[in-house]
Amino acid sequence: MKKVIWFLAVLGIVALALSGCGKSAATQPAQQEQAKPFRIAVILPSSIHDLAFSQSMYDALVAVQKQMGGESAMQFVYSDGMYKVDDAAAAIRDYASQGYDLIIAHGSQYGSSLQEIAPDFPKTSFAWGTTVDTFGMPNVFAYEAASEQGGYVNGVMAAKLSKSGVLGVIGPIETGDAQRYVEGFIAGAKATNPNVKVQVTWTGSFSDVSAAAEAANTHIAAGADVLTGTAQMVVGAIGVAKEKNVLWFGTQADQSSLAPKIVVANQVYHWEIVLTQMIDLIKKGTLGGKAFAINLANGGEVVEYNPQFNLPKDAKEAAEAAIQGIKAGSIKIPLNTKK
Amino acid sequence: MSGETLFSGAVLVGILTSGIRLATPYLYAAIGETFGQRSGVLNLGVEGQMLLGAFAAFYVALVTGSLWWGVLASLAVGALMGLAMAVVTVNFQAEQGISGIGFYLFGMGMSDLLFQKLVGTVKTIQGFQPLHIPLLSDLPVVGKIFFSHNWMVYVAYLLVPLGWFVLNKTTLGVKIRAVGENPKAADSLGISVGAVRYYTIIQGGILSGLAGAALSVGLLNVFQENMTSGMGFIAVALVYFGAWKPLGVLGGALLFSMVNALQLWMQVLGIPIPPDLAVMLPYVLTILVLVVSVSKVRAPAALAKPFEREE
Repeated sequence: MKKVIWFLAVLGIVALALSGCGKSAATQPAQQEQAKPFRIAVILPSSIHDLAFSQSMYDALVAVQKQMGGESAMQFVYSDGMYKVDDAAAAIRDYASQGYDLIIAHGSQYGSSLQEIAPDFPKTSFAWGTTVDTFGMPNVFAYEAASEQGGYVNGVMAAKLSKSGVLGVIGPIETGDAQRYVEGFIAGAKATNPNVKVQVTWTGSFSDVSAAAEAANTHIAAGADVLTGTAQMVVGAIGVAKEKNVLWFGTQADQSSLAPKIVVANQVYHWEIVLTQMIDLIKKGTLGGKAFAINLANGGEVVEYNPQFNLPKDAKEAAEAAIQGIKAGSIKIPLNTKK
Repeated sequence: MSGETLFSGAVLVGILTSGIRLATPYLYAAIGETFGQRSGVLNLGVEGQMLLGAFAAFYVALVTGSLWWGVLASLAVGALMGLAMAVVTVNFQAEQGISGIGFYLFGMGMSDLLFQKLVGTVKTIQGFQPLHIPLLSDLPVVGKIFFSHNWMVYVAYLLVPLGWFVLNKTTLGVKIRAVGENPKAADSLGISVGAVRYYTIIQGGILSGLAGAALSVGLLNVFQENMTSGMGFIAVALVYFGAWKPLGVLGGALLFSMVNALQLWMQVLGIPIPPDLAVMLPYVLTILVLVVSVSKVRAPAALAKPFEREE
């Protein structure tokens, strides 16, 4: 009797598994017809509600969908919380076999997976961020953020607002987008007040909230009265800042809702302009080979002031001057970041 | 302040204060696990219990506006998970390492799901404030380091002498240790192995839930997916490090947390240490100490072995 039950159970499981497998060959990638909606799939390393990296891309997709006319013109699906690269690779392959027009791997850690998968699906377009490397493949786009620009503007304001003359920076891992932001912040702060002290810590993770909070505590105990940081872990730091009444400058998304009284301004990523350019190119038949950047000049990055924070006039003017200078090219931000 | 060297007084006070505070969640979870392991049960699901406890405390505090209800919720959630683990371990006699991981995955997934459905976006709350102890908190230096924390920190440290006392000076402690060393003999003496393990596992669950609450409403004032980031597993490791003794666990938790605080201060002061190395320090140093301090400790003899009563 026991053996019969086992056999039936195994049979049931095999049947279920097989029924899930059958979809790959069925659908063809949508040809460039106006009637069919443009289908996008995106892989995100953290939650769409992280008020940082992943949320910036999710919000952009929602905005672009609205711009294009809703679900009939563009549909998108997402897999978030993919901090395990293997899971992400499986998801990318899955989406590719289901015939999505564009698959966005939103995280530099997904690079090697993309490199493997993209050649298997020459009719599908892939996008990878944040980076400039398209691997020389005809169906891979790359996109990045010139995060040092907003970083610079934040640094300018931070230096103006700090009473103790000590600023604290909480970084995740010293690479790419994060490193650029931090370098920009330091440059902006020093340009405004050469005597300002900028303390920098790296937590070693994009997602360790505890580590970010502890770093914030340490910075404050060491005299910082203005903090900034980047990556989805900054929630921890903002919580500490809120409790200790220390100012915060955000990046990647609008973090004001976390602590409306102490968040001064945020550099918000608006990936929309990258998305619309990519969609246009794909519709015209170019599936990759180009790198895009968002910056202050093209509106991909916007420094948004928190309306609930009373920003003194001289700080705001200095910020606006910095923004204009960066857009015009008169302010150059030196970068040591390896790309 | 930031021009000071690493060994100036103010910085040392800062490091010690941070270290004391950082050890809190590890202490709760590890003391709970110590009891469990002394009774012969290996619980690898601590991380899952911490996550659900952290979420419960955060969510209930968010919704009711009361941190105390939040803490109560975390205790209840921890107890429930402990109960489930007890049933799986004692009644089903499952392989403890595997069932523990199962609970870890459940706790992580469930807390994620509940967070997404019930809270949605990341929010901060006002956590417990530091508790001022008359006389002690006002002492110079010592007052800042040891007595400038909130009640959750103090209780975590109180668990150490309490745990030592229960394990070594009470009948319950004798029973727990007997069940962990030789359950067959204990059973023959009339001690209910199952009951003792039920007790230690559920207590462990409650303490893990409290550890999670300490994190979300005691230290960080926020909840985020996977916010424990491996703390539960470190807590289990600390039990081994502490040779299954509350005092040893305290030593391990303090070593780990102090070095963590140290590396943070080193980075803040601009001491040129590669950040990757700095972040590794607590783990590396703990392993080094473990290797160097070779001693004749051995695990409870019946650890991770299900007990079946032969009739």
